[in-house]
Amino acid sequence: MNEQNNKPAETEAVTQPKEKSASTISRRDVLKMVGAGSIGLLFGMAGMGGVLVGGRSATAPAGVSPSPAQERIPFYGAHQAGILTPAQNFLCFASFDLTTRDVAEVVNLFRIWTDAAAKMTAGEPVGTESGNPILPPVDTGEAAGLHPSRTTITFGVGPSFFDQRFGLSAKRPAALVDLPKFAGENLRPEWCGGDIGVQVCSDDLQVAFHAVRNLTRLARGVAVLRWVQEGFQRTSAAGSPNETPRNLMGFKDGTGNPDTKDSKLMNELVWAQSSDGPAWMAGGSYLVARRIRMRIEVWDRSSLADQEATFGRYRSSGAPLGAKNEFDPLPLDAKGPDGQPVIPMNAHVRLAHSDGKEKILRRSYSYSSGIDPQTGQLDAGLFFICYQRDIRTQFIPIQQRLAREDKLNEYISHVGSAVFACFPGVREGGYLGQALFEG
Amino acid sequence: MQTRNMIAAAVLCSSFLFSGCSTESTTNVQPASVPASAPAAQPDTGATAATANAPLKDATEQYRKYVIEQCDAFVKATEEFVTAVKSGDLKKSQELYAPTRMYYERIEPIAEALGDLDPNIDAREGDVDEKEWRGFHRIEKALWVDKTTKGQETYADQLLNDSKLLRAKVETIEIDPAMLLTGAVELLNEVSSSKVTGEEERYSHTDLYDFAANVEGAYKIFEVLKPELEAKDPALAKTIESRFAEMTKALEPYKKGDGYVLYQELTQEQTKKLSQAVDALAEPLSNMGKTLGV
Repeated sequence: MNEQNNKPAETEAVTQPKEKSASTISRRDVLKMVGAGSIGLLFGMAGMGGVLVGGRSATAPAGVSPSPAQERIPFYGAHQAGILTPAQNFLCFASFDLTTRDVAEVVNLFRIWTDAAAKMTAGEPVGTESGNPILPPVDTGEAAGLHPSRTTITFGVGPSFFDQRFGLSAKRPAALVDLPKFAGENLRPEWCGGDIGVQVCSDDLQVAFHAVRNLTRLARGVAVLRWVQEGFQRTSAAGSPNETPRNLMGFKDGTGNPDTKDSKLMNELVWAQSSDGPAWMAGGSYLVARRIRMRIEVWDRSSLADQEATFGRYRSSGAPLGAKNEFDPLPLDAKGPDGQPVIPMNAHVRLAHSDGKEKILRRSYSYSSGIDPQTGQLDAGLFFICYQRDIRTQFIPIQQRLAREDKLNEYISHVGSAVFACFPGVREGGYLGQALFEG
Repeated sequence: MQTRNMIAAAVLCSSFLFSGCSTESTTNVQPASVPASAPAAQPDTGATAATANAPLKDATEQYRKYVIEQCDAFVKATEEFVTAVKSGDLKKSQELYAPTRMYYERIEPIAEALGDLDPNIDAREGDVDEKEWRGFHRIEKALWVDKTTKGQETYADQLLNDSKLLRAKVETIEIDPAMLLTGAVELLNEVSSSKVTGEEERYSHTDLYDFAANVEGAYKIFEVLKPELEAKDPALAKTIESRFAEMTKALEPYKKGDGYVLYQELTQEQTKKLSQAVDALAEPLSNMGKTLGV
């Protein structure tokens, strides 16, 4: 869709420093602070991943450019939307378990979901109403009159999808590994795993919720929800969209994603290639989700000096310790009067920077889920999401490093974890996972 | 029944037809109408679509008979229960309590359509003023909390009278097809909102008896509508039949003797599975009206 609507993202892209030498750190580098540390949010992804098209909206006057809310991101395409698409304001992530044992029912579910997702992302109801007053409405209705809101719905299947139930074990991609146990993690079963993962992102949370609710309803008898997490980020209404966003710890974080406009780079980092195998995943991507709870109360009573030493940056300016400006190179070798490194050896920024070899595309959101009933403390943090071509060589080494040494680990706890192989895009007339089931 | 129930029912289903409460009746625990195994073909009720409305008339007539049967059995079972209570036999009273209620639970939506009867028979503590509270759950509390039958004689007599009044009143009620459709979903909504949560039988913890009876009552409605549904939408009929079979199978592990295990014996994971099976069933069931042209 039109240039104007893309503006915030594009403007931001322009302001982002391009590649820097390995000894410097940029907002892009912050990206590598993935993992535990990576409390960084993924705002303002450089480049527009999806083509935006004008959404249909009854309220859009003819001849007037649709507002951002009316933007529609096409569901069909070579790749699924919601991966390179600039992050929308809200997330509603749903993990499902299949209750059926019949693969034909699974295929049918993906057919139905394909159709429903195409409609809902276009701002349409999930089906046509019969008007029969004694029947429940086909669509649950809460999104009626709401805009498409750049909604994307992205589907993937987890390792358990390939167990003995459906005869698909041989088709499990090698890159879809079960994550190893990371040091210090505190995973809780109710926030882990799932046969199917569905990432719904939208600029309107009600639209996102509507999508998850209706997909769940359509799945009744075939699949059930395992867990659901809503997320938010600084919205597009923020005053200065070009400024690096802050995470819930109050620090600027996380703009240094790989350039999603660089299709060569995306093929290297994000999209599974046919040569990677299996063939059905070509054009797909592997998603890692981690529910990272922040120990908000503890963090809030840490001294400013401690907080800054933890990140390795000044809170106010975002500049690396020992430097002046946010985008200054990391003075990794600088020593203080006491002879100690200005940026501590276990500072998040130092470890995340590492040698910059492993890169992933992050698409995280903050979350807030009420309070922990045991302690009365806030249950809030980062719902970390990243996409990559191979989990084994991208997320895992980064997270292993951070899990071991990152000072930030004192203030965070990984409580949830899931991996999903996200299908390649769907062509109109086809359905999600078709190559997997028919290949 | 309870205010809570009523609210839940109103929220869960758009029908206010049966804005009452939940109740149950039954004297024994044998699964009434739900096939224990895979959905066997139900005997055709002879209602193969001749004219547009005849089959549905047939269905409502069959269902009316079922309601009366259940009511007859309910009165008989209540007599035995009440006798046990009045004779001071605590153990026997406790044994008869849940099976008696099942007859009532199977036809709950009908009872709920009959004014004050449902609260009088099935109100839970807090649903009504303490002064007016009577019926099964009042006696339940005495039997399980106070562990006595003493002081329950009046409530026992009232309960028996109310059950007889119910039996008399069901003769007068006009059952139409829309009522059947709503009633079937309503029964499952009752399961979702109060049985699967252990709220219905908070003292005796016999919720699974009510659960099973509600499902059986819903199955009966499906059974009488099935010939017509099969003629119009065989796929939907098949789906519903198989979801009922899955529901029955999901309850199977909790059978114990002639009855069911106590609600407290279930883990949260197990109640979640049961709840999901109810949702899986109720969704297609709520679409029966699509093809029946009611």
